[in-house]
Amino acid sequence: MDLVVAVLFQLIYVIANLALISLGLAIIFGMMRVINLAHGEFLMLGGYTVVVATNAGVNIWIAMLILAPLVVGIVGVIVERLLIRWLYGRMVDTLLATWGLSLLMVGLVTSIFGASTATTVAPPLGAIRIGSYAASGYELFLILITIVLLIAVWLTLRYTKLGLLARGTMQNAEMASALGVSTSRIYMVTFGLGAAVSGLAGGLLAPMTGVLPTIGATYIAKAFITVISGGSAILAGTTAGSVLLGGLNGIFSFIAGSTFGEIALLLAAIVLLRLMPRGITGRFFRKSL
Amino acid sequence: MNSGILRQMRPTFVYALLGIIFMFAAPQVLQLFTIINLTTAIALAVLALSLALIWGYGGILCFGQVAFFGLGAYAYTISAINFGGSTWAILMAVMITSAFAAALGYFIFFGRVSDVYLGVITLTVTLIFFSLIRRTSGPEYKIGNALLGGFNGVSSPPINLPWNPTSFLFPEQVFYVAMAALILCYVFAGWLVNTKFGRVCQAIRENELRAELLGYDTRLYKLGIFTIGAGIAAIGGVLFCNGVGRITPDVFNLYNAALTIIWVIVGGRGTLIGPIGATFALFYLTSALGGQSVLNNNLVLGIILIFFVLLVPKGVAPTIIDWVNARRKKAPGRVRRRRGSRGEGAQ
Repeated sequence: MDLVVAVLFQLIYVIANLALISLGLAIIFGMMRVINLAHGEFLMLGGYTVVVATNAGVNIWIAMLILAPLVVGIVGVIVERLLIRWLYGRMVDTLLATWGLSLLMVGLVTSIFGASTATTVAPPLGAIRIGSYAASGYELFLILITIVLLIAVWLTLRYTKLGLLARGTMQNAEMASALGVSTSRIYMVTFGLGAAVSGLAGGLLAPMTGVLPTIGATYIAKAFITVISGGSAILAGTTAGSVLLGGLNGIFSFIAGSTFGEIALLLAAIVLLRLMPRGITGRFFRKSL
Repeated sequence: MNSGILRQMRPTFVYALLGIIFMFAAPQVLQLFTIINLTTAIALAVLALSLALIWGYGGILCFGQVAFFGLGAYAYTISAINFGGSTWAILMAVMITSAFAAALGYFIFFGRVSDVYLGVITLTVTLIFFSLIRRTSGPEYKIGNALLGGFNGVSSPPINLPWNPTSFLFPEQVFYVAMAALILCYVFAGWLVNTKFGRVCQAIRENELRAELLGYDTRLYKLGIFTIGAGIAAIGGVLFCNGVGRITPDVFNLYNAALTIIWVIVGGRGTLIGPIGATFALFYLTSALGGQSVLNNNLVLGIILIFFVLLVPKGVAPTIIDWVNARRKKAPGRVRRRRGSRGEGAQ
């Protein structure tokens, strides 16, 4: 019984982790049809923000929950104004430009902080016990915060004016523009918010993984598969993609080791795209957010 | 082969001839160290050529061309260790890689995965290769007699004369092989894009729906050119692990995947010689950058990529060709009648 709970906990953590690293990408992709290849670097920047801030004596919770999203959100807005804005509607060019941005950011951070791991931060929560098994309290915290984040995004999209305008722009940008919505500003805010969520995720994961200039590459593959398998609905897509792929990954990791877990995740995603080229939400839950 | 194709391929032959002259002249003038370095650059140029073919002519935005390159290199190395000779290993490398590309391409093209998703999926496959092979460091990970070696990679047996495993080629001779392979692949690709198959692929690149309405099975054509491109990339991989002497999982990393894209963007989509030239230029640029520590390689490549996407989206070679054509048109007294549409011929 304890084993079942412990395994289940681990499974939920894998799923939550996947949702956490994908959500920022999903917001930008779902809203703007922009695939942001610098997503991994936004996560990386979030991690560096936390490390630098805690080394400077800032409380780790403030660094993770406030500073990381703030800094990366601002970076996101700057990137949108300087780079992405010129490339709307040119999906391939956006992809290439954000890839250039990703290399640029890796290069910048390497030049500033060096190529090796910066000082790591310890997870601020101790272990919890599940019967005779120990589990990380910080992992439990990450699961909870992922759920809170998903709910917050849902509430924002569903009940605020910004959410309404954003959804309108997403459905029909020209019509929204004709009705007096500044779509350019909506795009800027959306990109900034997506970046902020990525920064938050990166900051939260920093104590688990440490930070490296090239750490983005380890997130980016999983985040992309999740978002693309999920389809264009932001919340339903991310959730469905994470549950399916994270679930498979977790189960196969448990049975055959983490290498096979990752193979299973990839194979599942490729087969899934053969069956549903527009992702899960292209076929099911179409009306969802 | 009819004379029409030969006329279309005239520029291809000119460049191939220049390549042959270079092949025989270079070892006379250059030092052995430079020649060995050049072999690596040539291998990368074959990789660039393969992407130029499938992206520039097939319109398939494959971000994971290095996956085929690396897979070819690994397949060659592992087979060469097991067979004790390179003859069959080279064949195995091309076949395994093409088979893998065909299987992956089946899911992609028959699932009608579009441009951008395609890029992301191929990139993901590459990164998964990267993380998988990095983990194979234990003695239990071996194929036949070949240990995969994880992060450190495997050292590759050098190419030998066909069916004569004891007569290894020296680095200088490997240079000849590499250059000859590049020229052959280039002429082959130049021929392919001018065949009916190549023309249909270009039609699909321009307008997939229209090509389909004309009765072509676009999925099959795309799968075809994708698989051929993967085979060429595998040849590049074989040359690469011969030039370097070993193959490590680092070929699969994000940096190399980006580099391949950058060669084609900088060189220009829709030409074959452009990306090859860009490969050599950027190879020497990054080597020069490696010698100093002020500017990080990633930083420079990122700036180059952003610069070209925003300001020179067509790439160098097509921009020069357009410029020359515009000049030619303007020049008084030299106005010539245009012979058909020549925009898509192999350059």
